Amino acid sequence: MMRFKKILIANRGEIALRIIRTCREMGIHTVAVYSDADMDSLPVKQADEAIHIGPALSRKSYLNPDAVIAAARETGADAVHPGYGFLSESASFAQACHDNGLIFIGPSSRTIARAGDKSAARQTLIKLGIPVIPGSDGVIATPETACDAADQMGYPVILKAAGGGGGRGMRIARNQQDLLAAFSVASAEAGAAFGNPALYLEKYIEKPRHIEIQILGDHFGNYVHLGERECSIQMRYQKLIEEAPSSFVDDTLREQLGSAAIRIANAFEYTNAGTIEFLLDKDKHFYFMEVNARVQVEHPVTELVTGMDIVRKQINIAAGKKLGLDQADIPLNGWAMECRINASDPTDNFMPSPGEITSVVFPGGPGIRLDTHIHDRYMVTPFYDSLIGKLCVWAPDRAQAVRRMQRALDEFEITGIATTIDFYKRVFENKQFQDGNIDTHFLEQMDTL
Amino acid sequence: MDNTIHTVTSPVMGTFYRSSAPDAPPLVEPGQPVKPEDIVCMIESMKIFTEIQCGRAGVVKKILVENEEPVMKNQALIEIETE
Repeated sequence: MMRFKKILIANRGEIALRIIRTCREMGIHTVAVYSDADMDSLPVKQADEAIHIGPALSRKSYLNPDAVIAAARETGADAVHPGYGFLSESASFAQACHDNGLIFIGPSSRTIARAGDKSAARQTLIKLGIPVIPGSDGVIATPETACDAADQMGYPVILKAAGGGGGRGMRIARNQQDLLAAFSVASAEAGAAFGNPALYLEKYIEKPRHIEIQILGDHFGNYVHLGERECSIQMRYQKLIEEAPSSFVDDTLREQLGSAAIRIANAFEYTNAGTIEFLLDKDKHFYFMEVNARVQVEHPVTELVTGMDIVRKQINIAAGKKLGLDQADIPLNGWAMECRINASDPTDNFMPSPGEITSVVFPGGPGIRLDTHIHDRYMVTPFYDSLIGKLCVWAPDRAQAVRRMQRALDEFEITGIATTIDFYKRVFENKQFQDGNIDTHFLEQMDTL
Repeated sequence: MDNTIHTVTSPVMGTFYRSSAPDAPPLVEPGQPVKPEDIVCMIESMKIFTEIQCGRAGVVKKILVENEEPVMKNQALIEIETE
């Protein structure tokens, strides 16, 4: 087993700070990288060293593998932690780290590439007997082919545009008559929106819930899972609120999801921390969606219910340490919830709201965890994503976690820019949400529930 | 009759792009006639791309910002000569 002396963090914002915190607790020196826009940021101040890697635009700094690797070599780092986003799921970056004698804290380049190739991954898992969302293997040419495919997978089905997403060219059909009528409309809509009328067909999952399993795998073939996270509260496929555990998952289902996740991880020879995303239908059938080959934004809720530091596990696994955990050793204690605090304006269709934070008052007290890089007079620039903090709570049960989050949201004040804080207050007041009666369409329908 | 100038402004602080993709040609060039619904530039803010519509019919007179330059909210981007 190696011992890392110095880790370079190839990221910015709250996740860079999060990784620095664990490194400091482990006695490992840290190197922050920064663009022109982040010169005065907290990660730069908190790291032992900081090195400039380019202009504000991501592709010239945080997304530039050559600049990051040069910074790691220049500072003599042993390892690189990529965080999430940016280069974290770039197989070629992981390989470049390896080729330059740097340990990439994440799965192997080969695993990242295999997990990232969605259609090949799907074929691999079908062979393994893992349920995937039934769908046509390619473009559906005629309404008759669509009907044949629908008969095989069972109604309801959804037609989707092959050329793009966002709801355009999408039609749900509950029977053959619906499907025949929907086909030409969906095709015309797809043609108008994307310049490509091609459609494919998928089984439509009613009231779907997005539930994912956190896994850990070492270099000796040992795996454990750390239970599930429920991430059904989304807006345009962006997660906004997450929790662990899920009120939808009982011990039996957790065991099924967990063992499926570990089989999937095994199939990709997965090492380090990773997340297997599933979609669950209202009858609790689950379908594989994708592998996230990195630490997730929402990892703190799992840390809060397991008492584990996932970043520490990542570092130890990368250094060649055995997991040393049995599935039976993994405690799941209490309830944790996270609200992603975004610099976006819920009253203006969630438009980005960069600008200067004139003042901020942070929530605190029992059961609160706040991961953020913002402070008074912090300039939220338009160059990176809108996440400015993650407000997490822990409580013995879900009802108390909801009350605690409401209390924390009330304490949290950010002035100068629009944020999602007040929007979350409304979500947490909603009776359906409080009852755990949620699915991925919840926010679209919230005001009518 | 004097022509009047219509100024296209940015709805949000962000980065100005003249084309819709890195390898695509600019959406408009000076001297080009435009309709109100034409997309004349893009603004990226926090990884979200917003298509900016011209708003008025006319001819592109001047592009006031360089490609990939940062822009402020309400900053003037493109001048359109209207009839």
